[in-house]
Amino acid sequence: MNFFRYLGQWSIARVTTLGRAALFLYELLFASWRRPARLGPAVAKAFRLVVQQLYSVGVLTLLIILVSSLFVGMVLALQGYNTLVDFGAESSLGLLVALSLARELGPVVTALLFAGRAGSALTAEIGLMKATEQLAGMEMMAVNPMTRVIAPRFVAGLISLPLLAAMFTAVGILGGHFVGVVQLGVDEGVFWSQMQGGVDIYDDIGSGLLKGVVFGFVVSWIAVFEGYDSVPTSEGVAAATTRTVVLSSLAVLGLDFILTALTLGEI
Amino acid sequence: MTRPSSTNLAPASGAGATEPLVSLEDVVFSRNGRPILKGLTLTVPRGRVVAILGGSGTGKTTILNLIGGRLKPDSGRVLVDGVSVPDLRTRELYELRKRMALLFQSGALFTDLNVFENVAFPIREHTRLPEELLRTVVLMKLEAVGLRGARHLMPAELSGGMARRVALARAIALDPMMVMYDEPFTGLDPISMGVIVKLIRELNDALRITSIVVTHDVAEACEIADLIYLVAGGRIAASGTPEEIRASTSEEVRQFMAGLPDGPVSFHYPGGDYLEDLMRSGGA
Repeated sequence: MNFFRYLGQWSIARVTTLGRAALFLYELLFASWRRPARLGPAVAKAFRLVVQQLYSVGVLTLLIILVSSLFVGMVLALQGYNTLVDFGAESSLGLLVALSLARELGPVVTALLFAGRAGSALTAEIGLMKATEQLAGMEMMAVNPMTRVIAPRFVAGLISLPLLAAMFTAVGILGGHFVGVVQLGVDEGVFWSQMQGGVDIYDDIGSGLLKGVVFGFVVSWIAVFEGYDSVPTSEGVAAATTRTVVLSSLAVLGLDFILTALTLGEI
Repeated sequence: MTRPSSTNLAPASGAGATEPLVSLEDVVFSRNGRPILKGLTLTVPRGRVVAILGGSGTGKTTILNLIGGRLKPDSGRVLVDGVSVPDLRTRELYELRKRMALLFQSGALFTDLNVFENVAFPIREHTRLPEELLRTVVLMKLEAVGLRGARHLMPAELSGGMARRVALARAIALDPMMVMYDEPFTGLDPISMGVIVKLIRELNDALRITSIVVTHDVAEACEIADLIYLVAGGRIAASGTPEEIRASTSEEVRQFMAGLPDGPVSFHYPGGDYLEDLMRSGGA
């Protein structure tokens, strides 16, 4: 009996949190925006805030993304070559590397790394601002933390992730080229021409970009919500940071399956 | 910067003649089913320093949050400058908040901005002052709290007392009609405490603002307040000038003012029979 009671409590708590997250998103996207008295300065300020966040959310994540993508591309080429060479199909290595990266690994691995590097930082920052009453102080100064703190971070995450994913794919292909062409001796012309012929701008690049945008939306949403919703204690912020990484990773992998199924249209 | 409210300029000496700046009428508030305020009524006259005294957890900070519109009462009225705070729409509430300031216990300074930028923050957000003028205003505010020389420091480099003074400079940046202080004396050394006590009184008189000080420091409250409210059990247990409160014969007031460990406020948290509790086996 206790088990069912526990299960019920757990479910109600999860659904309640989900409801809070949805209301939070509604407020973030619609409710907290009011028409400013002067549009020009308001837009300039919003732009400045977003650019600041683009630096800490996007630019500072760049290094880990570029290094990881180089290795992922190299491993992909190595593994791919070893399998393809048995069938004498090593000429398709370029295509294999490019498709795997553009469709799947680029957006997914970027989103996972992004959740760990930038998402956790966003949650911790917002959570600590809440714990030290900075958000409450802002509210009492008649400044809406939703538009001043949360929205710029959310927008920066939304913009950064697809761009980072694109860079991941590009550098990964260079890594694959290094191992495949330079080290293992696949013909350079074949490597690139196979890729050029086989990669479709809409089906492959487009679906990868779509995934990047969706993951950017979801990971940023989870990160800012967990920070804003955190219990304002050291324990609470630590738990929220962990939840951001865990939930973001699960959401990314789950959504990846759904998006793949939808874009391929096979299921 | 902010438009001067005509009522703001009412002489402090004639405050009794004008309507109070803040009034709470029969306010009931509970959190998670636990009653915190049970029909609390108090008024804050314009231009005065009013101290709200009470033990920890008696709902003093809740009163400030109700006045600032961060919480809504279950029932009763909360009026600030003639408007009912719980009935305000968000935009109206934000307009009202531009004219009131709340000084948090922690200071709540923005840790990523230096002292100057912290004080400049509300001015940058709400006005379009040219940079030259903004610099002058910020330096004037910092001079008022004696920290003009510390303007390049980051919040992490400030002592507790200095952080609170910076927060005070930020609170008066938009020339509010009222400043609320949440436990301003807690955790300060005697010198810093003396500075804050002096600042609250001087700023109140020089800027012709109204001050509400929530505290449990009896001596400091008596030193600066024109009017004291003692909160106990979710109601006002006593009110009056510091002299009247000191002269009170009420047991509740005397326990608090003299800091007696036992009295109407029991030393023991309610917890059943002691002997029975000791004899019972099992965990906590």
